[in-house]
Amino acid sequence: MLLAIDTSAGTSVAIVDRDAGVIAEHSSPDTRGHAELIGTFIQACLDDWGGVVTSLSGVVSGMGPGPFTGLRVGIAAARAFAFGAGKIVVPVVSHDAVAFGAEGPVLVVTDARRHELFWSTYSGSDAAGLPVRTSGPNLAKAAELEHDVRGYGGYRLLDGGLVSAASLGLVAELQYAHGRPFAADQPLYLRSPDVTLSAGPKRVTS
Amino acid sequence: MIAPLVLGIETSCDETGIGIVRGTTLLANVIASSMQEHARYGGVVPEVAARAHLEALTPTLREALDRAGVVLGDIDAVAVTSGPGLAGALMVGVGAAKALALALDKPLYAVNHLVGHVGADVLDERPLDLPTIALLVSGGHTSLLLVRDLVSDVELLGETIDDAAGEAFDKVARLLGLPYPGGPEIDRAAVGGDPAAICFPRGLSLPKDMEKHRYDFSFSGLKTAVARWVERERDAGHELPLADVAASFREAVADVLLTKALAACRDLDVPRLLLGGGVVANARVRELAAQRCAAAGVELRIPPLALCTDNGAMIAALGAQLVMAGRVPSGLGFGADSTLPVTTIQA
Ligand SMILES: [Zn+2]
Repeated sequence: MLLAIDTSAGTSVAIVDRDAGVIAEHSSPDTRGHAELIGTFIQACLDDWGGVVTSLSGVVSGMGPGPFTGLRVGIAAARAFAFGAGKIVVPVVSHDAVAFGAEGPVLVVTDARRHELFWSTYSGSDAAGLPVRTSGPNLAKAAELEHDVRGYGGYRLLDGGLVSAASLGLVAELQYAHGRPFAADQPLYLRSPDVTLSAGPKRVTS
Repeated sequence: MIAPLVLGIETSCDETGIGIVRGTTLLANVIASSMQEHARYGGVVPEVAARAHLEALTPTLREALDRAGVVLGDIDAVAVTSGPGLAGALMVGVGAAKALALALDKPLYAVNHLVGHVGADVLDERPLDLPTIALLVSGGHTSLLLVRDLVSDVELLGETIDDAAGEAFDKVARLLGLPYPGGPEIDRAAVGGDPAAICFPRGLSLPKDMEKHRYDFSFSGLKTAVARWVERERDAGHELPLADVAASFREAVADVLLTKALAACRDLDVPRLLLGGGVVANARVRELAAQRCAAAGVELRIPPLALCTDNGAMIAALGAQLVMAGRVPSGLGFGADSTLPVTTIQA
């Protein structure tokens, strides 16, 4: 039994179980409001489920990629919930949840703002049912996506505009069941902080 | 009845602060600062601060519990800063606090950062006398408050209309070729300097300004005046009297802060002044506050420095006040409000 949280696009929270499947899920595609929605959604999932947090095995955290401000809310919540409940954090690449269950080669694309896109390619699913990521997550200028993705025409495009925490959780369950490594416990920012070093104080007198 | 054990989370600027109090007793105050990461930029970079909060969160929580000698199961309530501050930084704390409170099944209190600075004082052995004027000065805010009741009646008298005082220290340090953060550097450079050597302007202190902005502050004109003075000296080929410039600038800041704060004490007939915020670390601000308050018969309170700079203990302390006053918890729907007014003590 896992609690799964993803705020890489909208806000999505779920409780899933390897045997029982999706037990609860609450999501909003709102690309703002992560901080407002996160608590209500966790509460709603816990209520739907009706179990006690001690019986969870871990907390799945969607590590992005996604716009930073929102992405961090979910990771902070996943880490804090896991800390509070004495459970492990299970990091999963958010794009994997979008590609989960999709047939054939797919290209997952998320808006990275400022005319840029986050993207990952998948060749399909393996025997365990897990998506096989062949490249990414990467960052590209929107206008250069076709150029950056090798064999672009061969992929079916999947919009990562809403990442389902239930899919994220199921990916984690399968990864665990098949002894696959989890993602690194680091947010996938893929972009440096937006800072320009100034050249020093400007003159105020002419 | 045993006082409530409250854990406070503060992430409004560049310090990840976790504090634990029992009622008005401080048990732990752990701060992870990303200040050094901002040094090369000469000021706090919001995205850098927010990234640092996310990484510091769990280790700081763990350390605070260790220091306090309590376990999570003992916590009665969680308190968190919901504003004002940097939006992206606040959101890390808000997301974490909601999840932590839910995991522990404990009530959550969303509190005002500025009122938190005032709340830090209840951790002193002598309880806070009210009403009090509070002067809260940091790199993120410069505010003058009238506090009649910590949980129900706080009024904003004035605030900066441009830069925060701490920002002015950073900017002036930079134009003097001193590193970030500017406060301690200016203090060091000012040693032996003459505070009366150069008469820098006191923002919003002219009679016409005092009508409209009696308790407001402005530091951008002061910064420009220092820049102009320094350029003129350098252009003339003079060696810069660094100690005099630093001492005179610092005097202008301290003077205007305390003149306005003591005017509020006098006007409103409140013989108490509480200082808070990181700029309180400045030796001259503390010294001038002591002199002016003594002369005016105003009781001066300055919490220990670790409780003046942004910290989680002040948030926990204010949270505990709300719990003890029987306030209903904040619910789960609140967000991060970068401009939360001081009148909203609990969001
Ligand atoms: Zn502050």
